[in-house]
Amino acid sequence: MALRAQTGPYFGDFGGRFVPESLVAALDELGEAYDLAKLDPAFGAELAELGRSYTGRPSIITEVPRFAKHAGGARIILKREDLNHTGSHKINNVLGQALLTKRIGKQRVIAETGAGQHGVATATAAALFGLDCTIYMGEVDTERQALNVARMRLLGAEVIAVKAGSRTLKDAINEAMRDWVTNVATTNYIFGTVAGPHPFPEMVRDFQKIIGEEARQQVLDLTGALPTAVTACVGGGSNAIGIFHAFLDDEGVGLYGFEAGGEGVDTPRHAATITKGRPGVLHGARSYMLQDDDGQTIESHSISAGLDYPGVGPEHSWLSAIGRAQYRPVTDDAAMQALRLLTRTEGIIPAIESSHALAGTLELGRELGPDATILVNLSGRGDKDMDTAARYFELYDEEAGA
Amino acid sequence: MTARNTVGPVIARRNAEASGALIGYLPVGFPTLDESVEAAVALVENGVDALELGLPYSDPVMDGPVIQAATQQALANGFRLADGFEAVRRITERVDAPVLIMTYWNPVVQYGVERFADDLAAAGGAGLITPDLIPDEGADWIAASERTGLDRVFLAAPTSTDKRIARVVEASRGFVYAVSTMGITGARADVDRAARTVVDRLTSAGAPASCVGVGISTAAQVREVLEYAEGAIVGSALVKALADGGVRGAAELAAELARGTRAE
Ligand SMILES: Cc1ncc(COP(=O)(O)O)c(C=O)c1O
Repeated sequence: MALRAQTGPYFGDFGGRFVPESLVAALDELGEAYDLAKLDPAFGAELAELGRSYTGRPSIITEVPRFAKHAGGARIILKREDLNHTGSHKINNVLGQALLTKRIGKQRVIAETGAGQHGVATATAAALFGLDCTIYMGEVDTERQALNVARMRLLGAEVIAVKAGSRTLKDAINEAMRDWVTNVATTNYIFGTVAGPHPFPEMVRDFQKIIGEEARQQVLDLTGALPTAVTACVGGGSNAIGIFHAFLDDEGVGLYGFEAGGEGVDTPRHAATITKGRPGVLHGARSYMLQDDDGQTIESHSISAGLDYPGVGPEHSWLSAIGRAQYRPVTDDAAMQALRLLTRTEGIIPAIESSHALAGTLELGRELGPDATILVNLSGRGDKDMDTAARYFELYDEEAGA
Repeated sequence: MTARNTVGPVIARRNAEASGALIGYLPVGFPTLDESVEAAVALVENGVDALELGLPYSDPVMDGPVIQAATQQALANGFRLADGFEAVRRITERVDAPVLIMTYWNPVVQYGVERFADDLAAAGGAGLITPDLIPDEGADWIAASERTGLDRVFLAAPTSTDKRIARVVEASRGFVYAVSTMGITGARADVDRAARTVVDRLTSAGAPASCVGVGISTAAQVREVLEYAEGAIVGSALVKALADGGVRGAAELAAELARGTRAE
């Protein structure tokens, strides 16, 4: 079977539905609505039109030769998801799920968010479709991504700062699930990545796979050949699976996911789930996760809120297990250096999440040599990260930066 | 090792001699391991018929704020899984009530499902309540509990379809846990009418016993639930009583709640 044909609930040993019984009916309802929508040309057409006239699809590709000089001379091509409306790939998935919400006939949506990009995208879709919207965000993340909190509130969403546990993305997911269990009759959960219980990993992937479908053709048109490698950062894994998927059955194309290595994978402060974790059950699916001997989730760390998650989507665990994709860690500092390098060489300021893919690509380019072509998913733009970057690189005037 | 003291016979006996069974929930290790054992024993001495001991977990999606705060404190105090088995052993050495463990699924997976079953049975435990394991994903646990004779309590919700209700009834042993409201744990002023419907549907599907949990905090609610269910499960209210009034506070609330199991 083609790897691309794989659907949920299981990807090899990974995936499934480890959820309270109270949620099963809602997951079934969503899954059934999605299965019907998939077959309905009107749904596909409406989503494609939104992509075209609202998101700005297809997103362009940009070759970055000045940046590529630092990568051993390999050709580097960026897929510009940063240019999407709302500033990242997250909107692709949100519009799909918001359309489904309308089909199911629910008036309220909830979402978790880490960097705030998924929350902003969800609040945006809620404004567009006239839905009530509540966003759960870890308190730590509301601080480091304060700009996005303001965006969500301006869009009319209620933002709830989650104070439990590590006060980051994983705790925001717990709180969103609690809300869903309680309000399932009126509320749809717009999940932001390819993790979680079935049907989310499959459905979110399907809404994101347009990235790779477009990029595969765009690279062929530009270079006349498929790329040597395709790279992306991996938090839960939605932008990575989105760009990988079209290439899964292209055997000659290497697939590389870059996880957040934080302060180093030999320290406890990282979010390198596949590199350092082992299989377990978290947030409704069996997948790799960071955990202690007792199966308690270990708090992750990353300078990037969007990658600061101790789990990963089940399809990535499967692709790693069968050897189809490789997952490597990239440290906070390497990512920040890559952020500045792309900015200075190409005039493109990437999100810190996406900068992990850039840093990993610099190293990969040196390994693959000057004949290689590497397609990088530039999943988001760096506007939301200016405060972090300004502090990191000491860009504030002293009085202002205190 | 096979389970000795399962929950079915106690529920049956309490329904034969009184209006039903009272099941009390406490987390292991809150406020300390010793006090959680003392509190559990005190519940039984004050009229609780069976215990549900929660294992603190980092990501408890079914728990409301009271239980979250308690389990987070237990984890911060260094709770380890082995403490769960020790608590079961110490409690069952002192009182006869069956002791079920309530646990999220990942700790069991990491410990090893078979090993967990063996160690729980060896400690004198009755079985498991699994809030995030549905029968569809439960093959390993069903096999391990068949082998060891442990109870397995799955949950049924107001939104469960008839087909799923039938599946839960077939897969459960001991009782079926009927979730009374669409929600997480936490004392509520009204125990939802939905509970009555879920229990009726479970009974029609052949469930030998259904116990209602999530949202029960007073003797009057216990009495109301026992009009139609075989058992009433009280959690957050007991945890709050323990947090506010220590072992004595929990014991007093247990005695009060137990009045709900007797004819007036
Ligand atoms: C720009 C950007 N890239 C990547 C991610 C990580 O998510 P995923 O791994 O699902 O693509 C985020 C999440 O917030 C993000 O904002």
